[in-house]
Amino acid sequence: MKRFLIPLGLFLVLVVFLAIGLNRDPHEVPSPLVGKPAPDFKLTVLASPDKQFTPADMRGQVWLLNVWASWCVSCRAEHPLLVAFAKQGGLPIVGLNYKEVRGDGGIDAKKLSADDELTLTRQRAGAWLSQHGDPYTLSVLDMDGRVGIDYGVYGVPETYLIDKKGVIRFKQIGPITPESLEKKILPLARQLATES
Amino acid sequence: MIRTALIALASALTLATVAPLQAAEATPMADNPVVEARLLAISEELRCLVCQNESLAASRAELADDLRREVRKLIHDGKTDAEIRDYLVARYGDFVLYRPPVKPSTWLLWFGPFVILAGAVAGLIAYLRRRSTRVAPATLSDEQKAAAQALLGTPPAPPKDNA
Repeated sequence: MKRFLIPLGLFLVLVVFLAIGLNRDPHEVPSPLVGKPAPDFKLTVLASPDKQFTPADMRGQVWLLNVWASWCVSCRAEHPLLVAFAKQGGLPIVGLNYKEVRGDGGIDAKKLSADDELTLTRQRAGAWLSQHGDPYTLSVLDMDGRVGIDYGVYGVPETYLIDKKGVIRFKQIGPITPESLEKKILPLARQLATES
Repeated sequence: MIRTALIALASALTLATVAPLQAAEATPMADNPVVEARLLAISEELRCLVCQNESLAASRAELADDLRREVRKLIHDGKTDAEIRDYLVARYGDFVLYRPPVKPSTWLLWFGPFVILAGAVAGLIAYLRRRSTRVAPATLSDEQKAAAQALLGTPPAPPKDNA
């Protein structure tokens, strides 16, 4: 009897390890930026061409930085939730429009001049927001994806919850779901709001 | 003989026509062979985050393109290989390294297999020792030998001196 128990035990340990492994999403790479100050940037605002935004402008507020693009299919899935959330006035959401033109495989961005790319970016991003609703306090344009690299973006959409001191406290990889909003983002945001 | 010569000539010609085309396509990015060699050496040790089983050097994902451009820029800025790796780890975590660093959180990863191997070897040695003391060497008495040989139909062997 005992001689069967040991292999059985080893097998069960193996099953547990495999079960844990199979239920994890390999695309969810924990970000080293959680707990670190949000990387600084200065980018042009989508709605007002002569304005620039930097994360320091949000100092003293708990806010969300949501990475999106009109070519991103999952963003479309996430978008209604963001629009509804913004209507309730939950948290200010800043949109980081990520490689609007260059990220679209259908366009050869190398053939465009910088000005043409900016114009096209504004057109496409603006059209997408007026069609699907605009949940953002404002959106900024990261045309070459440099800021995205600083934030460790590797798959759009991604969302960062940033506290009053400008520290990233949570990162959502992939679309925000009602569940992740209710169970993770909102409770943490409420707690952060009480911090000074 | 002539055939092999012809094939060699044909392949030489094909290479001669194809090679300059490839070189022409690559020039805008790869202008400095020293930088490119370093880029290749560094990026082969880095994981592409989009297609996770490919290295940054091999991946054709767009993010990999961006990151290669970034690494190239850092090389031009005179950064060392270690600084460039740190730059990427700070943004994407240890996950980008195909060779993860040895630190408390990765001890299990680095030493776990050796611990399991040592445990298995110790278990095997213990088992073999126990077995060698427990199982007596099999010996047959003369009668048993005779019976066995009768069954096998072979003539009895000459008696051994120690039996």
